Amino acid sequence: MQKVAAAAGGQYPTRYPAVAVRFAPGDRVRVRDSAPLGHIRTPFYIRGHVGVIERYCGAFPNPEELAQMRDGLPAQPLYRVRFLQRDVWADYPGPREDTIDIEIFQHWLERT
Amino acid sequence: MTERGDIGNYQPLTYFQLMEVSLRELLVEKGVVSEQAVNDAVEDMRRRGPETGARVVAKAWVDADFKRLLLDNGTRACEAMGIDVPALKLVVVENTPQVHNVIVCTLCSCYPRMLLGIPPDWYKSRNYRSRVVREPRSVLAEFGLRVADDVAIRVHDSTADMRYLVLPMRPAGTEGWDEARLASVVTRDCMIGVAVPRSPRSTKP
Repeated sequence: MQKVAAAAGGQYPTRYPAVAVRFAPGDRVRVRDSAPLGHIRTPFYIRGHVGVIERYCGAFPNPEELAQMRDGLPAQPLYRVRFLQRDVWADYPGPREDTIDIEIFQHWLERT
Repeated sequence: MTERGDIGNYQPLTYFQLMEVSLRELLVEKGVVSEQAVNDAVEDMRRRGPETGARVVAKAWVDADFKRLLLDNGTRACEAMGIDVPALKLVVVENTPQVHNVIVCTLCSCYPRMLLGIPPDWYKSRNYRSRVVREPRSVLAEFGLRVADDVAIRVHDSTADMRYLVLPMRPAGTEGWDEARLASVVTRDCMIGVAVPRSPRSTKP
């Protein structure tokens, strides 16, 4: 636990030992397209899609671990990621500026 | 003993009701919580309602410094107003002439209860949760809100630790109003983003 870097800052900084922050606002990221069992806070409809980091929210205990009665540490950085609706739904009928913003934990994101 | 469904209702308990009763009774029996503490927590939640959120919005409309703080860190702004918001990590999203915001929790029913109280049933419905992320314009139209094509719709899916509140635009015709009067036009639905505050002039039939 001593080895993990404390993630400083974020909109709501927490005092948990945390995994180092990898992404900054504006970075393009892809949501992992994976379907593990368990309590997952990454909705199915967004897996595999590419979006842009809107903000870093802080680091929070991993809910997938909390659901297994573990402490969820080191905490995972949490981001709000913005996706264009037209990228998410091929047949989206609205203007191309329409977006969907979703909170996604860092371990679900990879750089594109 | 709770109030829920006890009036002339002899339906058997559902799976989750039975689980809730069993868990609660076990916790009481083992001295982890008391019946009184459970009732107090339920009452505390029932007392909370959208009036608190409306006060926050009204203050942001009249106080530019407060609005800046609210958009930067919603929790700190609420605390600065003396509102008790335990464990709430609030992200406030601002409606502008170019952007309309709407909130959903597709996975369950995350909601800023500290500011808005208990969510309406439709917010928890599969219909709203599954459709507003995919066809927000048609869902908003069903609420009676038509958003022009030159206004971007930003849907916020509340999937993790943050909770969201929409800061609507102050309606025309409210110039010179004080905060209390302004708060009266801010409804729950305006702060979820499925409605906008009505201008006092437009409420005439």
